[in-house]
Order: sequence, then structure tokens, then C-alpha cells
Amino acid sequence: MQIAVNIVVLASIYALISCGYVLIYRVSRVLNLAHGELMLLGAYLLLATSSRITPNPIVAILLAALLSVIVGILVYLLLMRKMTGESVLAAVLTTIAFGIFLRGLMTLIWSPQQFDVARLIGIANPALEIIPGARISLMSATLVVVTVIVYAVLFIFLRITRWGMRMRAAGQNPLLAAQRGIELHVVYAIAWCLSTFTGSAAGMLIAMDSRLDTTMVIIGLKAFPAALVGGLDSLLGAIFGSLIIAAAEVWVIQTINPLLADVVPFLVLIAMLLIRPWGLFGTREVLDRV
Amino acid sequence: MSDAGGSDKAEAVIVARNRRPDVLRRLPLGRLIAVLVVLVFPLVARPFQVDMACQIFLACIGSLSLALLTGIAGQISLGHAGLLAAGAFSVAILYQEFHLPFWVTIPVAAVTGALFGFCFGLPSLRLRGLYLAISTLALHFVVVYFGGEYEAMRSYSSGIVIDPPSLFGHALQDGGAWYFVLLLAAALAYLLCRNLLQSSTGRAWCALRTNETVAETLGIPIARYKLLAFVISSSMTAVAGALFAYFRGFVSVEAFSLYLSIQYIAMIIIGGMGSLRGALLGAAFVILMPYGIEGAVLSIPGSDQYAGGIFALIYATFGAVMIGFLMFEPLGLVGIWDRLIAKYSRHRPDRGIEP
Repeated sequence: MQIAVNIVVLASIYALISCGYVLIYRVSRVLNLAHGELMLLGAYLLLATSSRITPNPIVAILLAALLSVIVGILVYLLLMRKMTGESVLAAVLTTIAFGIFLRGLMTLIWSPQQFDVARLIGIANPALEIIPGARISLMSATLVVVTVIVYAVLFIFLRITRWGMRMRAAGQNPLLAAQRGIELHVVYAIAWCLSTFTGSAAGMLIAMDSRLDTTMVIIGLKAFPAALVGGLDSLLGAIFGSLIIAAAEVWVIQTINPLLADVVPFLVLIAMLLIRPWGLFGTREVLDRV
Repeated sequence: MSDAGGSDKAEAVIVARNRRPDVLRRLPLGRLIAVLVVLVFPLVARPFQVDMACQIFLACIGSLSLALLTGIAGQISLGHAGLLAAGAFSVAILYQEFHLPFWVTIPVAAVTGALFGFCFGLPSLRLRGLYLAISTLALHFVVVYFGGEYEAMRSYSSGIVIDPPSLFGHALQDGGAWYFVLLLAAALAYLLCRNLLQSSTGRAWCALRTNETVAETLGIPIARYKLLAFVISSSMTAVAGALFAYFRGFVSVEAFSLYLSIQYIAMIIIGGMGSLRGALLGAAFVILMPYGIEGAVLSIPGSDQYAGGIFALIYATFGAVMIGFLMFEPLGLVGIWDRLIAKYSRHRPDRGIEP
């Protein structure tokens, strides 16, 4: 039972992070390799708001989320607006460079030391026994719930609302979408701000559940195979991809070698790339958009 | 129309040819001075400066091989550090387990690199662009994991020590000796790349990068040339890794993080994509920049207490410089250099920039 709970928690972490990759890729065909750093930035923003601005944890979290949305929009406006539509290589490299820049900046501001965020902002994180023999920490449970809510809202948003439809249209064919009067820059900016919002939510929750330091970036990087296994442009795929990656990782930790945990997602990724590069639920045409 | 364009072009070629002797007359002097400076440098420079130069030469080999793969053949690789690790670990394992001399280990490293390149390249037959970059990134993690496993298995927890290789009976320990060895290696790498570029292979690679479909219709066997690019580039990279292992006398997986791959990518971006000279300039820039930043920060009085934060500053500057070049100067340092030459040379040759 405990193993099943562990898989669900890890899968939720990956799913919450990987929907950021999917959103941006689906809408603008840009792969954001700085997503791990943006996630980390969310956690550090929480640290900043709770220690500098308000001692109330809920307000601090909301404030940090708001700041991260602003960061997302700024990243698009100042950096990626120029690179969207450039070659795949240039756009990806820009995000890599931005990631390095961000990591340096964060280490410079908050130092490389480890923070116990939950204790610092005064949130208890007790272990709950939901079913006999299976424990889950409060923050992990919150994370699972948040992931479910985020995905439900995103599905509804993309399916029903006007801007959601515009985003899907822009993803399918930017030229036609622009011809129909859809403001592409606004659509892309929305994608970036949703992506950083979900990413930083993940970052805050992970930081409150365990500790916060810059090595957390690796979690962001490991969530990327989940997005790709499911299909880089499919939200539904991201859920299944996360489940597969999480199950494989937990299984390997239990049976073979805990050291292998950081490599498993990438092994699954390589296998998937060889068998079905466009992922479980992805559209095939993306392969030809070089 | 096309006739007129053609004769215009022909005229331009003739004009350019007439200018050439003038350029040639000036160039040898500059080159001669450059060669002299390079040869005299280790005799007059301080040891740490010689060490820096050695690092630059090593980085040159790695950046040239990446320029060949990414800049010329258009195959993105984010797994460069993995290949360097493959080379370094082949040396480390062969040395530790079998005590083999360098003239065995380095060729073996080259072959290992070629094999790895083949594996790294296999996905490229099905994947393009983004997906390829991702698969090389994934392979990097796999290679580094196995390196770490080897260290853990043999309980070299902090790394593997390698004694300096002996050349003609005496150990290669002195910085000055290494300087010339690595200079030679870098020069050979450069010549190899240049010759490859001027051969049909290089032209096939350029065609591949520009447009795969068109290259295929021109009768270029794409799969073969892609794999060839991966094999040659990876083999060179692994040799660079092997030399690095001997040069430092110490191998540890920590040295081959993703950050190292990014540094190499930074070299070809900053130097100028698709240009061999760019790869050299970029390597020098990327190696020297951290020293420059450190020197600049420490020269500010009272900055000693912030010394711990310098590496973070280096990270941030790195990212900022890369972004700057990607956004505002995609041609890199070579582009700037060529523009300056064009501006200040007497004849103002064509503004086109040579690859």
C-alpha cells in the first residue's frame, strides 16, 4: 500500500511540473528547459515573501504565486518573444542559458544553503495515516489535491473558455490563428504565465514537504521525461507519462538500486524515443516541424 | 534575369580574387607573430597562466568537435559532457585495472568515443532537432551514472587518481611540457576539422544542416553522414576527455555535470555557430571568463567575504552572456571580428561572413 501511495505522490509531483512543459510546447512549440529553475524560483519567492513581507503563510503563498505569474509574463515579454518562431535550436538554447542565469542569480541572492521552508513559514507537516499501513505527509496530500485541481481547471480552460480555444488554435496552426485575429503574443504570454504558475506551485509544495536548495532543479529535469513519454503536446499524456515514470522510479528504488533513481526517467525516455518518439498521446506531426 | 545575376556574381568573384593578393601579403606577418607568441608564451608566462592556456587547448578540442556536430552537421547534442566522461573513464579504468600506458589508453578512448557516438547517433536517424537534443541529454545521464557506479563499485569515493604518462622515458608533469602536447593536439584537431570541412564529407554535412530533405534528394546518404558526424565528433571528444584525465591526473564524475555540456554549447554559441575559428575563440572566452570575473570581483576592496558567491556570479554572467549572443549576435565573436575587419580594412571586402 505504501508503495502505491509513494507512486501517486511522485506522479503528482511530476504531473504538476510537466504540465508546464506541455503548455508552452503545445502553444508555441518551444521547449522550456528553464522550467526546473522557474519551479525553484517559486519556492525561493515563497521564502522571500514569508520572511520579508508577511508572516501569514497563506498570504505569503498567494503573494509568491502572484509574483511567479509576473515573472512568467516578464520572461515571455523580455526574452522569449524574440525567440519564439526562431529555429528550434535557438529557442531551446535560449531557455538553457536563461536557466543557468536564473540558477546563478538565485544562488547569489539566497546562498546555496538549505532551508527548512515549512518550519520557517510556520506550517506543520504531520504524517497522516489515510489507510492502515500507508502514510502520507500533509504537504504530499496537498500536492496530490492541487495537481488534480490544476489539471481539472486546465482541461476545462482549454476545452471551454474563449482564451483556451485560442490557445489550442495557436498551437495547431499559428499562421491561421493569427489570420483569424488571435493575438498570438497574448496567447503565448498566457501559456508562459500558466506554466510558471503551475511550476512554482509545485516548487513551493515540494520545498514545504522536504527542504529547499538548488539541487531541487533535478526534480524539474526529471519531470521532463514524463511530459515527453506522454506526448509533449498532450496534457492527458502528461498524467500517464508521470504515472509511468513514477512507477518505474519507485519500483527501481525498491528492487534494484536507489542510486539508479535519477537515471530511470531518462532510460524510460530513451526507450520511448526509440519506439514512439511522439509519445503516448502526442500528435505525430510535431516530428516534422523541425 | 538569371544571366544578369550570374555575371554580376562572376564579376564579384573576379574582383574578390584581385583583392586577394593584397590580403595575403599582409596575413603571413600577422600569423608569424601569432605563432611566435604562442611558442614563446610558456617560457615567459607564470605557471597558472600556462595552466590556463592548457585548459583552453583542451576546451578547443572539445568545442571543435561540437562545432563539427552541431554547427556544421546541424545535429544538436546536449550530451557532450557524457562523451568527455566516456573518454576520461576509459583511461581511468584501463589505467587502474590493467596499468596500460597512454599510447594504448588514448586510442581505446577514441574507439570508445566512436562507439558511444554511434549509440548517441542512432536516435538521430529517427529524430530531428528537439527530440535529438533530448535523447543526447538522456544519454548523458546514463553515461555519467555508469561512471559513478564504477567509482562506487571500486570504492574510489572521491575520484580516480591517474599518474602522469611518461613520454620518451620521463614523466609528463611539467606545465610547459603539457602546454606543447596539448597545443599539438588542438592543432591536429583543428587541421582534421578543417580538412573534413573542405572534403565532400563536410559539404554533405552542410547540406544536411541546411535542409535534410533537399540533401536526400541530392543523393546524399543521410543516415550514413549523420552517424559519421556523431562518430567522428564523439571520438574527438573522448580523446579530449582522455587528455583531460591525464592532464589533471584525476577523474571524478562530478567534473562531468550537465553544466559542462552547457559550457561547451556556450563556446560554440559565443564563438559563432558553424565556424571553426568561432569554436576556438569561444573556447578561450568560456575558459577565461570565470578567471576574469573572479579577478574583477576580488580587486574590489573588501570583497573577500563574498568570495563564496563568485561561482554563482559566474553562472549568472554565463547565462546572461549566452542570452546576449543568442539574441543580438547570432554570428558570435567571429561575426564581430569579421565585421571589425571589414570596417577597418582598406578595401572593405564583401560583407558576407565566411563559415
